[in-house]
Amino acid sequence: MQEAIRRFRLWAERRLPALTRYRRREDLPILLHRRRIYIVPTGFGAAFTLLLLVMLVGALNYSNNAALMLTCLLGATTSASMLVAFRSLNGLRLTGVRHGHAIAGEPMAVQFVFAGGDHAHASIHMEMDGQTEAFAVAALGETVVAMSLPTAQRGWQPLPRIKLWSNWPLGLFHAWSWIHPDQAVLVWPRPETGGPPPVLPSDDGKKQRLHQGEDIAALRAYRMGDPQRHIAWKHSARHEQLLVKDFEQPEAQEEWRLDWRQLSQLVPEARIARLARWLGEAEAVGRPTSLWLPHEDIGLGHGRSHYAHCMSALARLP
Amino acid sequence: MRWRLFRQKPQPPLEQRPFDLLCLTIAVVLGVHAPHLPWWLTVASAGTLWLRWWQRRQRTGRAPAYLKLPLVALLAAAVVFHYDTLFGREPGAAMVSGLLVLKLLETEAPRDARVGVGFACFALMSALLFDQGLLATLFVALGLLPAIATLRALQPARPQTTLPRELLPALGLLGVSLPLALVAFVFVPRLSSPLWGAPNPTQSKSGLSSDMSPGDFSQVLLDDRPAMRVSFDDAPPPNAQRYFRAFVLWNYDGRTWREKTPESSPAPAEHGPVAHYTISLEATGQRVLPALDVPIEAPANAQLGRDRELRADRPVNDPLVYRLGSALSYHLQTQLGDLDRRRALRLPPGFDPRTRALGEHWRMQYGANDAAIIQAAMNLFHNGGFSYTLGPAPLGSNAIDDFLFGTHEGFCEHYASSFTVLMRAAGIPARVVTGYQGGYWNTLGNYLLVRQSDAHAWSEVWLPGRGWVRFDPTAAVRPERVNQGSAAANATTADWAPNRWMLEWRNHWDVVNQWWNQGVIGFDTLRQHGLLTPFGVHDTSVGTLAVLLGVGGSLFAILGLSWALWKRPETDQARAAMQLLEKRLAAAGVARRPSEGPQHYFSRAARTLPGQRDELEHLMRTYLELRYAHEEPPADLLKNFRQAARDFRPRRVFK
Repeated sequence: MQEAIRRFRLWAERRLPALTRYRRREDLPILLHRRRIYIVPTGFGAAFTLLLLVMLVGALNYSNNAALMLTCLLGATTSASMLVAFRSLNGLRLTGVRHGHAIAGEPMAVQFVFAGGDHAHASIHMEMDGQTEAFAVAALGETVVAMSLPTAQRGWQPLPRIKLWSNWPLGLFHAWSWIHPDQAVLVWPRPETGGPPPVLPSDDGKKQRLHQGEDIAALRAYRMGDPQRHIAWKHSARHEQLLVKDFEQPEAQEEWRLDWRQLSQLVPEARIARLARWLGEAEAVGRPTSLWLPHEDIGLGHGRSHYAHCMSALARLP
Repeated sequence: MRWRLFRQKPQPPLEQRPFDLLCLTIAVVLGVHAPHLPWWLTVASAGTLWLRWWQRRQRTGRAPAYLKLPLVALLAAAVVFHYDTLFGREPGAAMVSGLLVLKLLETEAPRDARVGVGFACFALMSALLFDQGLLATLFVALGLLPAIATLRALQPARPQTTLPRELLPALGLLGVSLPLALVAFVFVPRLSSPLWGAPNPTQSKSGLSSDMSPGDFSQVLLDDRPAMRVSFDDAPPPNAQRYFRAFVLWNYDGRTWREKTPESSPAPAEHGPVAHYTISLEATGQRVLPALDVPIEAPANAQLGRDRELRADRPVNDPLVYRLGSALSYHLQTQLGDLDRRRALRLPPGFDPRTRALGEHWRMQYGANDAAIIQAAMNLFHNGGFSYTLGPAPLGSNAIDDFLFGTHEGFCEHYASSFTVLMRAAGIPARVVTGYQGGYWNTLGNYLLVRQSDAHAWSEVWLPGRGWVRFDPTAAVRPERVNQGSAAANATTADWAPNRWMLEWRNHWDVVNQWWNQGVIGFDTLRQHGLLTPFGVHDTSVGTLAVLLGVGGSLFAILGLSWALWKRPETDQARAAMQLLEKRLAAAGVARRPSEGPQHYFSRAARTLPGQRDELEHLMRTYLELRYAHEEPPADLLKNFRQAARDFRPRRVFK
């Protein structure tokens, strides 16, 4: 029995790709064509047909040929609108999917690029995860449909099945097709809401790069390793110890070296959340960061693209 | 778990454009119904429509229930008050139009608009039950445009345009649907008998009535609407013989001529050659079918009366087409029974003493010579100072006396009536016949157009050995009435054709109407049969028609599908332009070798045609850029190359 259902499913998928929602994922571009567009009357279409039948019987009963002609004309228009409904989907192509960034739990902006065939496509609806967007594509033109995709957890999230449908032109027929692009979006991890700042290794934290400043900031006692040319000989002569001109100023932002291994007391997801928070804080003040992950080391850097790089690396962690 | 019978999806609000279009649709519906609605309902509906449209422009909002319910009740009460009933054609139309306007009050969502459009389509169709003339049908069909445009405007993400241009796609859709509609119209099996009662008969708005009192015809004579159209198989009879009989009136009560009680079995007639013709009769609401002179046989669904008058089985509520054969020379009822003779001589006692005295005087004077008496009567009309007018002076209780010896003015009824009375007074059996006389020969459509104004009355006199013989006393007074038709006779009083051009236009228009009446309105089972016979289909049963309908529908489905699936062939315009170049260069002696690339080919061509080296190099650069520099060649570059290739003419160098 199971086998029979499976084989029926396979057959249905092969023969009626859009009707059965079992359609496999497909590579872009996806072209809508007659094998995958289905059409049924809408509720209004069924009611209208009933009305036409009433009119037909009335016209025949009173042998009123003008009324019969009118009824025939309306009926023919109804059938013609079915073809128009079909044609409004036929030839439509999904050529690209672009997406932005989002952390888990927040909606992600996804843009779908639709290209028209040799005729215009009016009033197409795109339905994804309960949200619907209507759009039109000009002949040989392109339309970008922006949708927001809800996200739940970090990592690769495949695009859901998308229903493309149209009731164009008269709302009497419902033409639809299911598409399932083989495309996934990367969802960033959600940062933890509160917690300690990063623990900076002391030697690393105190290690300050020299800065050739104009002014002497201070004089301080000589420490091993200070360069000889920094010694303030004149001042030292009046003191008992060597004084050093302190040109250096600590960098405005210390750099953070975020290391996965230092958070070994936490479960992996909590580690990721903490790292994500630190990355976010660093990004907020423009602090240079580096990120060490089990299989990937990301060097120092700052700015939006660095942040995105790091977050994506975090998102990809197993 | 709670079940809800009607799941209401949240509806987006209705936009202004579809609402405007819906208002337009309903306005058209009101327009097509206005001729048969009570004026106050039309005015109130139009006012409500306008008010609602204006209100919606200010802000959206449904009418509250405490306003809607009383309005519906008020509408029903008003209709019942006016018609005494809610059922039937007129009250139904009034209810439908009123409810449609009230529906507009609560139209705030696309769903309401859809319901409104469906309702409006039904209302449009119901208007055709009143009048299915060409103009009315066209107007109703025009009402489909805003209806379809409304539905179209309800769809989101559609091309935005101005209100009048919204109607164009609807027109296109109706246009492409027309062929399929025609196939369906031709092949839909007709009902042999109605499933339920036919609508109320058309009120006899015009035409002849079954009785006649002198003076009551004049309205008909001023009505120049078509009564019927007659096309003859052979040459039409001359104008003076175009007498179409409708009613034969025997009984006279001093004021009104009436039919006698109908008898079956037509009176015997010996006749000469028979003229065959087809009459398409406008709706009359009566059962009488006018026929040329003496019809030989009755058409289907009609009976031939004793006096060779035709009666249909049902009142003619829709235009009707029938075929007849009539004799123009005949001897009708050469033996007159005693009962008929007494009836044909009966005069009401106590009326018109002077007329009777005159008749009796003629009988004394001419003895048994009936022809001489008839001639005396004709002479009286011709020479007695009588005049033809549609506005005669009123007559007293002795109408014939007043007319013959007093006013001396009148029209066909007066003459036919007094002639018949004179004959009866003289002892000659006589009766009055009403019908149509003359008509306009439409050369364009090759048919005779008979208008209501061609209504006429004449006399028939029974002569021994000859039977009933027609005498037209009006012709004695005004011969042009018979020879040229009523328009000429009435020219002084009824000025219905102000100029020639109008007349021409009217006649052309009448041809179109004739075509509509015969081709569309009169298209019945019989015509269906006739249409199919030439194609070898002799069985027009429901099954055959259904098969034909299916075949025709499938044909259009294939046509439509191929349209829907048709894709413009992908054309490589750069390739086409290159081929043109190659052809021209080959003619100049530089044929492209199969293995030759474009660069090599162009440089070889430049060597052969040194005078055009620059031109060829430009072409080469453009082509290479077009082909290899871009993924999708820019349109202006492509245009540039095509133009250059078209303009290139190799100039041969003769060595």
